[in-house]
Amino acid sequence: MNPTNYLILSAILFSIGAGGVLVRRNAIVVFMCIELMLNASNLAFVTFARTNGTLDGQVVAFFVMVVAAAEVVIGLAIIVAIFRTRNSASVDEPNLLKL
Amino acid sequence: MNALHSVGALVAEGPVGVETNTGEQVTFWVCATLAVIGALGTVLSRKAVHSALFIALTMINLAILYVAQDAPFLGMVQVIVYTGAVMMLFVFVLMVVGVDASDSLVETIKGQRVWAGVAFVAFLGLLLAGIVDSLVGTTVVGLDAANAEQGGNVEGIGVAIFTRYLLAFEITALLLMTAAVGAMVLTHRERVEPRKTQAQMSTERFAPDLHPVNLPSPGVYARNNSVDMPALLPDGSIAEDSVPGPLRLEGDLREPDRLALEESEHLQDGEAVIVETPSGELIDPDPEGEG
Repeated sequence: MNPTNYLILSAILFSIGAGGVLVRRNAIVVFMCIELMLNASNLAFVTFARTNGTLDGQVVAFFVMVVAAAEVVIGLAIIVAIFRTRNSASVDEPNLLKL
Repeated sequence: MNALHSVGALVAEGPVGVETNTGEQVTFWVCATLAVIGALGTVLSRKAVHSALFIALTMINLAILYVAQDAPFLGMVQVIVYTGAVMMLFVFVLMVVGVDASDSLVETIKGQRVWAGVAFVAFLGLLLAGIVDSLVGTTVVGLDAANAEQGGNVEGIGVAIFTRYLLAFEITALLLMTAAVGAMVLTHRERVEPRKTQAQMSTERFAPDLHPVNLPSPGVYARNNSVDMPALLPDGSIAEDSVPGPLRLEGDLREPDRLALEESEHLQDGEAVIVETPSGELIDPDPEGEG
């Protein structure tokens, strides 16, 4: 199977995720779009591993998953903390970064 | 222009050295379509819960594509970590923050959507041009040899992680630990007032303007138990507290069945009462006359 197709799919998913980050204002949905971009890059890594015939790409994708998990934990904790003080999950509300 | 021109050629013929597998092509086209639908649904659906479901669809389809690309370990990790743990965490936070919190459609920055669309198209074009340009003339090696080297895909990744990438692996362990501590610190709330003692709670419960025990439950026993039917006090008056607050405020109280009340009084006095059933049949509740 042609790896170009996988890379084009990866580019499409990454662009959709980037567009979502630009458009959406619910902080949780913005986070989901970031996850989408990370997944798209993982798909590219797996495809590169297959193209080059080494497992390094898959190892890097594995590390990306670990970092994404840590990022989700901290990001959602921040969203919950902001929601407690602001009673809102919109990214427009906490624009002053003060309580 | 050169890159765009070669898109067609690359997609049609593929780079050198690729064996074309029909099964994988079918898998790719089905899963890629579903993944893109999921991604678009994530961005376009107004409710955050729908976005979460759509992105779960995308992630599962990506897991299938990983398996199709000789990465079964990553496919399984994708299902377990992403669709299992991460999406569960997302949905959990959605429940905390409020499921119904949908985005407002008012643009705070003028023309934001239009320019975001322009940026989307431009970025996609840039990525595609770069990918196609870089893939011209590459040969695809395939992972069969690399997987067979250590006896399998999982073994190969394990050897790579614990030898060449050991330092990075240890650093990710530190990162995960920091993230766990950070989440606890961020969501921790200090107790600003001392914990109430049992004596204090008891005193508060018997404060003059509060009801010290359970409120009476609505309904007249054995006659009508709907919530808008107030209970009757021993003197026959209505217990207003027995009806839930919103109904009481809207005045949706029903008048209790006074006839039933009188009958029950007769029963208490030991007199027999003739009750008429809906079918018109007469029933004497005390046929022996012992009551």
